[in-house]
Amino acid sequence: MKIPLSWIREFSPIPQDISLEDLENAFVNVGFEVEGIDLQGRDLTGPLVVARVESIEELTGNKKAIRYVGLDCGEGSTRFVICGATNFVVGDLVVAALPGAVLPGDFAISARETYGKTSNGMICSARELRISEEHSGIIVLPADCAKVGASAIELLEINDVVLDVAVNPDRGYALSIRGLARELAASLALKYSDPAQKVKTKDFAINTKGIQVLVEDESALSIVYIRTISDFSASAVTPLWMSRRIEKCGMRSISLAVDITNYVMLELGQPLHAFDATKIDTSLIIRRAGNTKSFKTLDNQERKLHPEDLVVADKSTALALAGVMGGATSEVTEKTTQIALEAARFDPITIAKSSRRHKLSSEASRRLERGVDPSLAEISSARAIALMIELGGAKYVGSSSSGEPKYAPIVSFDPNFVSKYLGTEVSLSEVEEKLTIVGCDVAKKSTTNWEVDPPSWRADLLLAPDLVEEVARMIGFERIPSTLPTGKSGTGLTLMQYRKRSVANFLAGNGFSEVYNYPFVNPDFVSQLGFVGDRAKSFRLANPMSEEFPDLRTHLLPGLLLTAVRNQGRGAKDIALFEIGSVFRNTEKLEAQNVVGTDRVPDEATKAKIYKSVPNQPLHVGAVVAGKLGSDGWNGRAQDFTWVEAIGFARAIIEETGNVSTTSSSDFAPWHPGRCAELQVDGRAVAHAGELHPRVIAELGLPERSCAFVVVLSALGFPETKKLQTLITMPAAIQDIALVVDGSVSSSTLEAALRAGAGNLLESITLFDRYDKLGDGKVSLAFTMIFRAPDRTLTAEEVSEYREAAATSASKACGAVVRA
Amino acid sequence: MTFNVPDVADVTGSVKSALLAINEAKDLAGLKIVKTEHLGDKSALSKASQALGKLAAENRAELGKVVGSAKAEVTAAFEAKLKELEIIRDLKVLSEERVDVSLPASKLPKGGLHPLTILTNEISDLFIGLGYRVAEGPELEAEWLNFDALNIPADHPARTMQDTFFIEPLESKLVLRTHTSPVQIRTMLENKPPIYVICPGRTYRADELDATHTPVFSQVEGLVIDRGITMADLKGTLDYFAQSIFGPNVKTRLRPSFFPFTEPSAEVDFFFNGRWIEWGGCGMVNPKVLEVCGIDTSEFSGFAFGMGLERTLMVRHGITDMHDIVEGDVRFTRSFGISGR
Repeated sequence: MKIPLSWIREFSPIPQDISLEDLENAFVNVGFEVEGIDLQGRDLTGPLVVARVESIEELTGNKKAIRYVGLDCGEGSTRFVICGATNFVVGDLVVAALPGAVLPGDFAISARETYGKTSNGMICSARELRISEEHSGIIVLPADCAKVGASAIELLEINDVVLDVAVNPDRGYALSIRGLARELAASLALKYSDPAQKVKTKDFAINTKGIQVLVEDESALSIVYIRTISDFSASAVTPLWMSRRIEKCGMRSISLAVDITNYVMLELGQPLHAFDATKIDTSLIIRRAGNTKSFKTLDNQERKLHPEDLVVADKSTALALAGVMGGATSEVTEKTTQIALEAARFDPITIAKSSRRHKLSSEASRRLERGVDPSLAEISSARAIALMIELGGAKYVGSSSSGEPKYAPIVSFDPNFVSKYLGTEVSLSEVEEKLTIVGCDVAKKSTTNWEVDPPSWRADLLLAPDLVEEVARMIGFERIPSTLPTGKSGTGLTLMQYRKRSVANFLAGNGFSEVYNYPFVNPDFVSQLGFVGDRAKSFRLANPMSEEFPDLRTHLLPGLLLTAVRNQGRGAKDIALFEIGSVFRNTEKLEAQNVVGTDRVPDEATKAKIYKSVPNQPLHVGAVVAGKLGSDGWNGRAQDFTWVEAIGFARAIIEETGNVSTTSSSDFAPWHPGRCAELQVDGRAVAHAGELHPRVIAELGLPERSCAFVVVLSALGFPETKKLQTLITMPAAIQDIALVVDGSVSSSTLEAALRAGAGNLLESITLFDRYDKLGDGKVSLAFTMIFRAPDRTLTAEEVSEYREAAATSASKACGAVVRA
Repeated sequence: MTFNVPDVADVTGSVKSALLAINEAKDLAGLKIVKTEHLGDKSALSKASQALGKLAAENRAELGKVVGSAKAEVTAAFEAKLKELEIIRDLKVLSEERVDVSLPASKLPKGGLHPLTILTNEISDLFIGLGYRVAEGPELEAEWLNFDALNIPADHPARTMQDTFFIEPLESKLVLRTHTSPVQIRTMLENKPPIYVICPGRTYRADELDATHTPVFSQVEGLVIDRGITMADLKGTLDYFAQSIFGPNVKTRLRPSFFPFTEPSAEVDFFFNGRWIEWGGCGMVNPKVLEVCGIDTSEFSGFAFGMGLERTLMVRHGITDMHDIVEGDVRFTRSFGISGR
């Protein structure tokens, strides 16, 4: 909220010489951030005077209207200036900057020749003086507000400090001069007088005259006042002191009646709405919109009403969207002389819902949805009509009211809790003093039991910690010391957390760069990559950042591929990326999330339902290699990264988790259908790896033969801790064997057959050669087998027996023939 | 076959010429020829040895000594020269094999961990050292866990403070979590105090990506529930945290603020490079939150804090543009390597 310091000073003697830093800290220390400080008038120097328009000569032949204006600036002779505005007539009081003046933006005023005349100054608009955004015409001052020649800087109270103070949602009362002056005074330990206490409500007692109010839905508000006046002078204008304060708070001055409602709202914090009483059919009814389908708000927009919207209506129709915006038909105009003024403490949630439904956030709704002091409905409406009587010559007609103000209950409170909770000693007298400063009444039953009655504007003070916070911010958070507690049940990382770390370290150590992609994907791109079925079933955002990326990822590759493309676009060659992250597949039947209260602990069944309303979100690691892993250098070329390496990395990741995988071929998109391996653990697919589909590579413009692999980390079990046998130190016996098989026989099948036949002294088996130019679709696969016995050196005869057995097994299982 | 029986003068002459030849040998090849000539089977000394056998025993002993010592002398001279020439040859070869060791040394592919990972690990280890556990939870989360249980009721202004990503249809009541606080709720619902957890993870708010904001960001939150926990414990924990991340002399300060899930609430700032920097939010866990999670507030109290990791990274490493953190440029990740140092 924007607040002029001059207004605050009306209620608290803020020192004239306070530094801006101290001012800002005073707010910050009690929990209000200062978002801006505007030193109005700092970059403005006079002479800036009040002048009366004596003559107007319209200069013709120009592209726009230009006036040559004679001004009485109190100098004894007429001063002539050129002016491009037309919103004034002879006799008006205006603001003239005389030669020598400097306006904001370093705009020096001097006599100058223009449009064939000499202009000896300038008539100013509000924006030129940087006192508001108004620039549709020059400032026309209220008649007789000052003498000609008087300083306009003083008249307009231009020199002021305007602070923009952020108010947290729990402190609705602070969206007012009343509230912020109280906070600032408390923070600076200065006196404070409450503007609400100055209002004489007795003058305007409840009676049966004027517009009466009927509340149809009592849940919608706690209290409402309607006060009626007549004989309001349609010609009365807003006095400068009022319009200037309204402008300094960032609002516009509109008309006296409206300005008074806004002024009182800014001062006290209670939104008010003025109806033209002659437009109200009999009385006002506060009700839900129900069957009323629509009405026109005062911005002339037809609003469709939701049945739950709260409206202020008369017998025939809705007149206002309660607490949010008034209606066009009952709006006060320049002809209005009878006014019904509404001040209500509406239910915050009701107003918040209306405001959200209509995407209308007004000064009124902002305050009402944060909760307004219930005592203010009576006080602020009295204050406003008193001003209407004083400034607009109005006569009081009558008041009606409905409901009761509801206040926060008394809190039973052990004052020693403050020291216990803050971890620092705060004396009971200090606790009492600080609670009193924020407006609480303290009744001390005993040294351990106080009854604390929160002030009318603090509906948020309900529990002991709420009171602790008040004391803490008043004594200053810097009083809180520093102590370090330590846990008692630390268990270190979980197995999955260790797994994530080791996989990341493994890939980074092998040349991959980790990235964190946004999980938002474009469904067309996903389908273009070939994802179908469950692998494409995603969740859609109701409010995506961009319509282009509305879905949550079901797979890591779409994001990784686009990041690879971005890197390539920035000139990177040989890009190896990986990401570890969750994916979101919309494939489960989820529990509906019924409304669960927060008034008690959810039972086990309810908890289970809540958990099951959330989809399982598997953890994947994915990688893309576009080019090589590593780069060609002066000393030779880097090794190509092919489907072989891709599968190798996927398998290595699985082995690192202690699991053993088998490999089979797969046609999963977006991989090359003939060069994609599916890796399985215990019959479950846990990874895919290989070369990307050439079409995908071509469409993305990535290097030919780019590869990718993805492992589902959360699908891999946690095998029991490894048990190792003592290493055998006997010599190894090495046997090579080359076998010819049909090309359709996979090397893993052949290897498994050899392994099965070779006996239990086989220590390892490694493919060291593959030859596919034999013809007839035959391939030759050559393996090295290493045998070792724990207790003796193997003889040549023994080893060759094992080799024969392995060959026999391979022959039986795969039709393998030992190559001569 | 006849042998000329050598005399002493002959032997002395042979030695002399052999030593001369050895001394004059220029390289190993030359020395090899000299060896053949003066120590080989056909050399004068070898012939003299062979002739000794023809001598009568009484002559043989005396002359044998002469020939023997002559051979030894020549052999020794040869060995010495051989060593000398070998050293010369080695020096030459090694010198010829000299390389420019400043050439780019290695073709080891250069990768790296994203600094968010490095920082998450660092923070996790720090708090594990304080006896905490690392708790994690889903990013796509139930509204009740993300909001209601944290004392952020529907239609409360605080709920709209956080620009939430909602999932279609809205009846699913699923959101992308706006903070990692639902992990705290899950932890409290499933565990009895004392609870000491740190919750790092990805979080989401509908902010446009610019130099300082990103709709997808990372948070780390801490939660402690125990007997007698005070706001001083919160301050001390934040001091320890800030000093571990930013340096031993870093100060923190708390400013009163508002969060629905804490009371009192505070913003935490730290003083770094001559200015106060906003770091995150914190406070004493609101009793309403504890109660909905089944924690007895007459026995236990607790604190919670949360901060953005991106901001922490930006300050610590002088990163000025959020785009660098989110765009996955390999140059960015590689510059951190694996240790982040």
